[in-house]
Parts: sequence; C-alpha cells; structure tokens
Amino acid sequence: MTIAEGIWQQIFNFDNYGELLALVRNSLIAGAALGLVGGLVGVFVIMRDLPFAVHGISELSFAGASAALLLGVNIVGGSIVGSLIAAGAIGLLGSRARDRNSVIGTLMPFGLGLGVLFLALYKGRAANKFGILTGQIVAVDTPQMSWLLGTSAVVLVALAVMWRPLAFASADPEVAEARGVPVRALSFAFMLVLGLAVALSVQIVGALLVLTLVVTPAAAAARVTASPVLLPVLSVLFAVVSIEGGILLALGSSIPISPYVTTISFSIYLVCRLVGAYRTRQWGAARTAPELG
Amino acid sequence: MSAVPRARENRTEDRDARAAVISLRGAALSYGERVLWQDLDLDIQAGEFLAVLGPNGSGKTSFVRALLGQRRLSAGTLTVLGSPPRKGSRHIGYVPQQATLSAQAMLRARDLVRFGIDGHGFGPRLRLRAVHRRVDEVLEAVGATAYADVPVGLLSGGERQRVRVGQALATDPRILLCDEPLLSLDLHHQRAVTELVDARRRSHATAVVFVTHEINPVLGLVDRVLYLARGGFRVGTPDEVLNSESLSRLYGTQVDVIRVRGRITVVGVPDEVAEPPHHAELPHEVRP
Repeated sequence: MTIAEGIWQQIFNFDNYGELLALVRNSLIAGAALGLVGGLVGVFVIMRDLPFAVHGISELSFAGASAALLLGVNIVGGSIVGSLIAAGAIGLLGSRARDRNSVIGTLMPFGLGLGVLFLALYKGRAANKFGILTGQIVAVDTPQMSWLLGTSAVVLVALAVMWRPLAFASADPEVAEARGVPVRALSFAFMLVLGLAVALSVQIVGALLVLTLVVTPAAAAARVTASPVLLPVLSVLFAVVSIEGGILLALGSSIPISPYVTTISFSIYLVCRLVGAYRTRQWGAARTAPELG
Repeated sequence: MSAVPRARENRTEDRDARAAVISLRGAALSYGERVLWQDLDLDIQAGEFLAVLGPNGSGKTSFVRALLGQRRLSAGTLTVLGSPPRKGSRHIGYVPQQATLSAQAMLRARDLVRFGIDGHGFGPRLRLRAVHRRVDEVLEAVGATAYADVPVGLLSGGERQRVRVGQALATDPRILLCDEPLLSLDLHHQRAVTELVDARRRSHATAVVFVTHEINPVLGLVDRVLYLARGGFRVGTPDEVLNSESLSRLYGTQVDVIRVRGRITVVGVPDEVAEPPHHAELPHEVRP
C-alpha cells in the first residue's frame, strides 16, 4: 500500500507546481516547436514507410550527442551531425526500399555502440548520460534553445518548399517521375530534413523514443483522415499535445519525461484506430450497398 | 512493316491532314550489348490508338520511358510534339499499372487527380479555386464523382484506374501513355478503362500509346499494333501484325496465331527471358 503510494508520488507529484512551471518555460516552447516539426515530418515518414529509418537515425544521433558530451561541445550540434551522417548514408546507400532496411539495420548497432563507448569514457554527471537516451526537460538552456528553434525553422522552410512534389513522389512515385518531379533528389533531401527533425526530438524525448514524436502522431492521424490538409494538422496537434502534456505531467516527478509522452501519444493512437475502424466500416457500407442493390 | 494506318472509312482523310505527334526515325534502344529494338521508323498521329505488344523484356516499358524523356535512344531520333522528348511535359498523360500506388498513400481520389494538375510544383499552391474546379470536372468526366472523397486505399483496382485516367487527362494532354493499365483488373473494369481512353481520343484527338501484354481487351479499338520481340519489331494493323506468318518471321520460329470468336491467342512463342519452367508450355497470351 505504502509502496504503491510512494510509486504514485514519484510518477505524479504536483507540489510547488507554479514555481516549477517557470523553470520549464524554455522546454515548453521547444516542445511546441518539436511537436510542429515531428508532426509534419511524420506525415512523410508514414507515407514513405520510413519508421525504421527514424529509429536508425536516432541511434547515430545519440552517438553524436554523446561524443559532444564527452568533448564538452554543444550537444545539440553533436546530435545534428550524427543524424545528418546517418540520414545521408541511408539516403545514398538505401535508395531502394529493399536495400534500405538492411543498411539501417547495419548502421544502427554501430551507432549505438559508439554512443555507449563515448558515454563510458565520459566522467561527468550520470543524469546527462541518461538524458540523451530517455529525454530530459529542464536541460534546455538559452543557447540550446536558439539551436533548437533555428533548426526547426530550417526544417519547416524546407518542408514548405517541397511539400507538394514530395507528397506526389511519396504516394505515386511513377507518375510523379513522369510528370518531371525529381523523385530521387527529393528522396535524399527528405532524408536530410528527417535527420534534422530526429536530432531535435532526441533532445526532448531521448534517442530511444523519437518514434513517439515522429511516427505515432502521424500514424494516428492517418487512421482518421486522408485529407491532405487535415492529416498534417491533426498530426501536429497530436504531437504537440503529447509532448506538452508529457512535460507538464513529468514536471513534479523524478522520472524522465519520455514515459509520459509515449503514453499520451500511444493513447491518442488507440483512440484514432477505433475511430478509424468505425469510419472505414461506414465507408464500406455506404459504398457497397448501391452496387449490391 | 510500313506505317500504314488502318483504313477506317470515316477517319482516313483527316488523319492524313494531321501531323504526327510522335515520330521515330531509325530509333534503337539497347542495354549494353543487348538490343531491345532497332531501325524503328514510326509516326503516331493525333487521335491514333497504338497498342504496344511483346513478351516480357522486349522493351515495351523502355519504349514508354523513351517517350517520357526518361531514357535516351541509343541511336536514331525521336520527336514528341515537334521537339525532343523532355521530362514532365504537361502534354503527355501517363497511366501506370494500378499496383504502383504506395500502400501507405493517404490520399483521396480527388487528391490523386489534383497531383496530375499541380503536384510537380514547388512552394505553396496557387490558383486554388481553378484547380478545385478542374478536379471536379475531371472526376465527373471519368465517372468517379461518387468516390471522389474516398481514400484511394479503399478503392477497387478498377475504380483506382478510372481515377488514374482522370489524373492523366487533367492537363488536357495531346498524348496518353498507358503502361499495362489493365493489369490485375477484371473484365468489366478492363472494358470501363479502355472505353474511357478510347472516348478521350475520339473526342479530343489524343494519341494513345497503350502498352499491354494482352491484346484482346483493346483489339476492337486499336488502329495499329507495334509488336516488339527478339530485338526486332512489326508494326501495322492488328490483321497485318497478328498473324502466324508475321509473328513467325519476327520470332524466327513457328508461331501460331489463332483467332477464336474475335479473340486472338498466340501459341508457341519462345520465352524472351528465362522464366520458371511451368510458364514455358503456356500460350503467350494469357486469359484476361
């Protein structure tokens, strides 16, 4: 009983909430930016069937971040470098879907191994090490903030420019190519954008759980809509709710932020699956009835 | 061998008046040592329906890719609408086989059509209202209005191909390239799709290049056939090309063309590329 209460206290603790809230102002702003980026990028991750690539990139991002930690340089910068190397390698070596997964499967353990090596060599605070893997909220200081927001801006501008042809190339590559869309160049460009988005997400939810921001919200949205406007809007909404909700719930506790974010994100997904199954049945009923009759 | 158009009483005259929209002279295409076809002289007229036939690996798809500007000829010249082919021309509509659509494509039928209009452009969308109106018109024209807002993943293969024909026609192209558009469709939907294509070329004089491994669904519609095999080709009306003598000469071995109740079956075609042994005994033209 008391153990259960103790655990509950660790998970949910809202003492001195107002004062704590002021501490995480930066994190809340960064979280909103990440939600926006993750939700939008996720739409293409689902369309292009890249969740495994997201996971692979995040492991190399982790290696980059831990190298930066060891060398005492900017961690966000380190994780961006790691991400871009991984994304570039996957984009170049695995342009065909069949090769891609084996390339990722080969890169991922290597990146994780490097990360473990750098962390083992690092003599600083243990919380820093753990944070890169499972996320942290109060760690966002002002210089990091400018990195996070600047990189988010780059991702958003890139997406705004290539959104339409990228969607065409992702959904219908053969016709897109026939219509003159530079399918291969876009594929590579998107991998780099994805690399940046992953590097950003690593900062908040940690390398192990990037998928919860970059895949789950878009996958959930795809269950309930196929509208090209509503899909990204819902995806962003789900991502932002997950991350901000996670930050607010994790605030008083001694537990990393990631389980809160992943649980909210997953719950949204479950609800969307249910709604989606119901809607699909209705589409089916509405469409087969006249043909039968 | 010569490019004699089929004498269709009511259209022979105006065909002569029209210029060729696609013109090949001494054209050849090869992969390294392997010649797919060579010495091809062909003029495709506006409003003409040309079927491209041949076994797997005979260069049918490469022919289409050359027309799209995605592959260069290894010899000879090709002009499309008076100039060398270029990528992404809005005067060419392209209908691929239905399986090429990504399974993860989260799109409605209307979004697919819309891609045909402005999907290739970078930056934000412009002329929203005009594009919307055009999408509605196209959906109406191909009879897809009823499922305009249904996700393409929930459409049947035939419905999807209807939408794709709409997508290809959305820019009012002068040439329609179809690469195995009937693959894995049932008879009913095969007919629906071929009729759409045929109606379009009659109403707008759109030239149709229709790649298919199965002639029968389009036999009554085609003006000419381009039959590719063994590094060579035959071109002419279906009657001129699809007979035992003509195909035997093309394949260099005895091939029998059998006509039963208006359908054509080709028997005895040697396999172009190595295929599993159980295919070897089957007639080349598979049942629809």
